[in-house]
Amino acid sequence: MTKQRAAVLGTGQTHHTTKRTDVSMPGLLREAVDRAMRDARVEWSDIDAVVLGKAPDLFEGVMMPELFLADALGANGKPLLRVHTAGSVGGSTALVAASLVQSGVHRRVLTVAYEKQSESNAMWALSIAPPFSMPVGAGAGGYFAPHVRSYIRRTDAPDHIGALVAVKDRRNGALNPYAHLRQEDITFDSVRASQMLWDPIRYDETCPSSDGACAMVLGDEAAGDAVDGGAAWVHGTAMRTEPTTFAGRDQVNPQAGKDAAAALWKAAGITDPLSEIDVAELYVPFSWFEPMWLENLGFTEEGSGWKLTESGATALDGTLPVNPSGGVLCTNPIGASGMLRCAEAAKQVMGRAGDYQVDGARKAVGHAYGGGSQYFAMWLVGADKPVG
Amino acid sequence: MITEETPLHAPLEIGFDYTRSLGPVLAHFMTQLANRRITGIRGSDGRVHVPPVEYDPHTAEALTEFVDVSDVGTVRTWSWVSHPVEGQPIQRPFAWALITLDGADTALLHAVDVDSTEQIHTGMRVRVRWADEPVGHITDIAYFVPADAGEERGDAPTPPRPPATERAEDGTVRTVITPIQLDYTHSVSPEESRYLRALAEGRMLGQRCPECEKVYIPPRGACPTDGVPTTTEVELPDTGIVTTFCIVNVPFLGQRIQPPYVTAYILLDGADIPFLHLVLGCEADEVRMGMRVRAAWKPREEWETSLQNVSHFEPTGEPDAPYDSYAHHL
Repeated sequence: MTKQRAAVLGTGQTHHTTKRTDVSMPGLLREAVDRAMRDARVEWSDIDAVVLGKAPDLFEGVMMPELFLADALGANGKPLLRVHTAGSVGGSTALVAASLVQSGVHRRVLTVAYEKQSESNAMWALSIAPPFSMPVGAGAGGYFAPHVRSYIRRTDAPDHIGALVAVKDRRNGALNPYAHLRQEDITFDSVRASQMLWDPIRYDETCPSSDGACAMVLGDEAAGDAVDGGAAWVHGTAMRTEPTTFAGRDQVNPQAGKDAAAALWKAAGITDPLSEIDVAELYVPFSWFEPMWLENLGFTEEGSGWKLTESGATALDGTLPVNPSGGVLCTNPIGASGMLRCAEAAKQVMGRAGDYQVDGARKAVGHAYGGGSQYFAMWLVGADKPVG
Repeated sequence: MITEETPLHAPLEIGFDYTRSLGPVLAHFMTQLANRRITGIRGSDGRVHVPPVEYDPHTAEALTEFVDVSDVGTVRTWSWVSHPVEGQPIQRPFAWALITLDGADTALLHAVDVDSTEQIHTGMRVRVRWADEPVGHITDIAYFVPADAGEERGDAPTPPRPPATERAEDGTVRTVITPIQLDYTHSVSPEESRYLRALAEGRMLGQRCPECEKVYIPPRGACPTDGVPTTTEVELPDTGIVTTFCIVNVPFLGQRIQPPYVTAYILLDGADIPFLHLVLGCEADEVRMGMRVRAAWKPREEWETSLQNVSHFEPTGEPDAPYDSYAHHL
């Protein structure tokens, strides 16, 4: 049996912020789920299975949260899967949900990913030093900053590129009513003046810590055909993994990311991503990762990512708008961040992105990475059905 | 194998006072607990759930109809705990029981304080022993006692109460704190144990892969690239270079070093993979990629089986390594 067509029928997300103390964990998920189901015009009886994703359990201190969330997700009597691939989990969760439709197992699948960072402290959770080790870990920023420095050295990028990305994404986020940080007044100078946290990464070049959730309803071809105004059709998906460390590992431009992108372009019949892709929602938790991922995904050759950023090509009105929603730099409920990339890509090709809609968006990429740049998950969605 | 020595192990204790934001249903439940009242919620099938559930198990719709229930109920089934562990509600032998409170249709799991298995049975009537000072936390229900219990058994020893949260202005409990403590025994591999024992003697011990000939420190026991066992030990000098680094200026919870400090990937001479350590002995802004460094060891009497025997790395003053010599280690 060949792969069945799958489509995004609708998406939903929470209003993201530092502390959503007004809702419980189930309530947070339902805010996103209810919006996605309304957007998709489905009822609980239409849902065949539920796929849940979130990052490490230590972030909220709840082991196997999928068990206590079953009621809130309408999953009683249905298959419920939980996915975990660190920060990329929102992306891999969407891909697992898509595969359940593509395989012909289910007609409609609800997928949701979340993080309620305010219940704990992710920086603490990511800095646990086991016995015998040297306690130098300093959260995700401390982990990635040396690799950003390597990128700058390797490509001779001017040191202001990170600030350009921060200004662009934060201003984009101001157009997104759900974004955590909405900073329409941010300037290049204010970013450059913000505190250096993990040199070479400044405060304004880092993602916030957010409570939030994102949900999507995926369906088969008949369900996709019935979407008013058109569904977002899945043209390709790809996931790749590599060890966190090994001798000779390229920490700046990881092989697993290159391989995943190559597989994605092949699956979707893309030969020139830069000209064929209309929008990219890339997982950019620190501003410098925009040029890094532009190279890793093959939008441009190695060493040229920063030139693409500097040229303005990735701005909302550029040739390849990157993160028109504001991206992870504006909103980072870790487990949900990857699914937000996938959902925002879908919104663009469905023409449902509101004030940050990219005119004429027909093909969009959603991308996520996680761990020490060791997990990659991405999908390509289009306004038209995939050929073949 | 090279070693028959027992691999090293040590306790790893991690704990955090997690916050739970309750949402409308559990906020009402917790607020009522502070008044020594127990509240359930009516589901779509008419059943009363205690503790209340936020969403209906059958329809997944949000539930809103609160129902007060009794603090007296009936044991549905039970099991005996002869050796309570830290954190359990009663710190002497007790029974776990599923208890249906009068007015409820679901059972809740809680502890019953009785002398022995002779004193508890299915169908037995029990009542809540409230905490002396209810604050709006699930631990306000300290435990259960037989409904006809007198004072003769005395109060059961209970674990420390979690910190209380500040209530909203109208008195509603919106968040609770649930401390969680995980106590592990962290064991390291035989190969890493030999590396750590060498560190205790002031030596840097790695392993070479027989296939790719890359030298790993710490040793892995298997090559992550070739998947073969690594058995050849290689003693490395305590000198090397900084490949890349960052300056940590941000303070954070659980931090053990005062910022600002430089965390750097140190590639020892002869090694093929860098590890993270500190660079001191110069200003943070003088640290460079390619800088030559040497380990600064702590005084010998402080040495243990840890990389912390090296206090930090410091510049040797030699010329920097050319970029091309370490570009493939980034």
